Amino acid sequence: MRKDTHPARTAWLVVGGLVAFMLVLAGCGSSGGSGSTGGGTSNELQKLGKGEGQVNLISWAGYVEPEWVKPFEAETGCKVNNKIGGTSDEMVKLMETGEYDGVSASGNASARLVAAGLVDPVNVGLVPNYKTIFPDLKNQPYNTFESVHYGIPHGRGANLLMWNADDVKPAPTSWNVTLDPQVAAKYKGKISQYDDPMSIAEGAVYLKAHQPELGIDNPYELNEEQFEAAVDLMKEQRANVGEYWGEAAKQISAFANGDDQVGTTWQYQYFALKAEGEPMAASPASQGFLPKEGATGWSDTWMISSKAKHPNCMYMWMNYIVSPKANAEVAEFFGEAPAQEKACDETKDKNFCTKYHADNPAFWKRVYYWETPVAECGDGEDNCMDYNDWVKAWTSIKG
Amino acid sequence: MAAEAVVAKRSAGRRLAGLFYGRPRLQVGSLLTGPAAWLVVLYLGSLGVLLITAFWTVDPLSGKVVQGFSLENFEALIDEPVYREIVWRTVRTAALVTITDAIIAFPIAFYMAKVASRRGKGLLVVAVLMPLWSSYLVKVLSWRTILSEGGVLNWLLDPIGLHGPGYGMTAVWLVMSYLWLPYMILPIYAGLERIPNSLISASEDLGAPPFTTFRRVILPLAFPAVVAGSIFTFSLTLGDYITPKLVSNSQFIGTAISSSITNDLPFAAALALIPIVVMIAYLSVARKLGAFDHV
Repeated sequence: MRKDTHPARTAWLVVGGLVAFMLVLAGCGSSGGSGSTGGGTSNELQKLGKGEGQVNLISWAGYVEPEWVKPFEAETGCKVNNKIGGTSDEMVKLMETGEYDGVSASGNASARLVAAGLVDPVNVGLVPNYKTIFPDLKNQPYNTFESVHYGIPHGRGANLLMWNADDVKPAPTSWNVTLDPQVAAKYKGKISQYDDPMSIAEGAVYLKAHQPELGIDNPYELNEEQFEAAVDLMKEQRANVGEYWGEAAKQISAFANGDDQVGTTWQYQYFALKAEGEPMAASPASQGFLPKEGATGWSDTWMISSKAKHPNCMYMWMNYIVSPKANAEVAEFFGEAPAQEKACDETKDKNFCTKYHADNPAFWKRVYYWETPVAECGDGEDNCMDYNDWVKAWTSIKG
Repeated sequence: MAAEAVVAKRSAGRRLAGLFYGRPRLQVGSLLTGPAAWLVVLYLGSLGVLLITAFWTVDPLSGKVVQGFSLENFEALIDEPVYREIVWRTVRTAALVTITDAIIAFPIAFYMAKVASRRGKGLLVVAVLMPLWSSYLVKVLSWRTILSEGGVLNWLLDPIGLHGPGYGMTAVWLVMSYLWLPYMILPIYAGLERIPNSLISASEDLGAPPFTTFRRVILPLAFPAVVAGSIFTFSLTLGDYITPKLVSNSQFIGTAISSSITNDLPFAAALALIPIVVMIAYLSVARKLGAFDHV
């Protein structure tokens, strides 16, 4: 049909030449780049110097707010530049740029940050407020690696089961309302599930209670059999899921419009929906209960970048954010249990720490903080499924 | 003094002009260098980088990209049935949206090109282009609200005892067909404009009934334009990831890329090659059908 095939042939030659050129270019780039990415040497700060005038942070939404940032800036002269991270994966990517001094890492980011050499050990001697942090937050597998401290605990909370009290009766006390196929079928198409591989751990928490023969201990350390069982459970759940939510706003609109009635959520969405006047009920720690199986949760840690350009200011920030007053402010704003013991004297609501079980280690025994799944699972053997497996499985769960 | 300066200035301009005089290659070359560099370096260059990245891997613990050569990503794409399903679902939806848009667009384009008055034609062109003035995101979010359980669609359908489709594949099909319709109407309109009215009259004079005229004269002449429009609707659906995320739970190629991009960039790159391959196949078919004959 074409009269002239000649120009087409020329075009292909040009494209071919370009591809060859790019290959050469990339080859040069990779050989040059690989040498410089060694990193990971432990060089914790020995002595606190003068502030550098600014500090660049990555944080969860609600952790770095003007109310407590302004006093910090006035006190130390360190101007705070904050970048909000949407997910743990995003935070790790941002830290790779080397442009930031520190990050409020959840447990499913911290191990990755340490393994990649993106964060440095923290000299807790230079953080006076570390002394009075709740003991059950110290030396945890997500902030201390081979007895070396890699961060300052910030606060903790449990992921919630939330439901629309008008539609879901009686009030559920177990995750079976979303995970047991028979029970969940009642809310087919109305179940809301967090769109993240970490949700597989919710399945594992449920199985730990309901199928003890699987022998699940830590829901993030799953061998192949346990992992398959959790994945199968989440696959079964798929038929009943109304919506997988990746961002808070999507879940809020789904509950407000009646598309979803019950599911996993965070404090933030629950408070937001309550504020809109929606008839929401949930299982926050403040109401003294978790679904009977327990729940997944988070325990966040401020970590310092190994490429920090403003290490002194970062140390000042880490000390400040766990100072009694600032830690109380952030905990009340965000709706989480503070990490600082003395923060409990500073909260506006005098019962805040009791409501959020801040000083009740027994409560937190049933909360499984997010961790990065790794192949080496506690017993020294490499027979657990790693995070890559989790990510791939999550894709196949959603179908 | 001043006169000398003017002469010097002019002579500089003259010299530059002299440089180009009688050298057509230099003229064209200097004119095209900028745009060509843009096309080659930024457009094709990034595609090349994408191709290379697809052969890299990620260290499972640190999440760092390991540069090297491995077919791991492609093996995963082939071995995991879920990706075949995702690709098939995406291509199927793209085809469905394209057919829907072609069916809706043809009568509108025909009316615009051959029936409407000059004034009516102008108004219709504006009406077709109007949705493009508002942001893509606003339109998708509006559809999300329309289709929601307590949304306006259910409110309308409720009195006659019906229920909207809710979120899901039907919603994706509906929203995509809405979004890309103008991209189908405009090429068909341009193609129909180009058909001389005399051909239609001649067909009628020779005794062909209207449907025969349509089938034997208009459609063959306008078909390349339909194919040209289908390239837009097909490729836009193939690459979209926001609409599926907002009005369905189904994974498309785009959503799979976006969810693996933060954890596993090389795998995302491998996934991104699929729409490129599909589009190359589609474009070669379109070329055979004559979509580029008048470009």
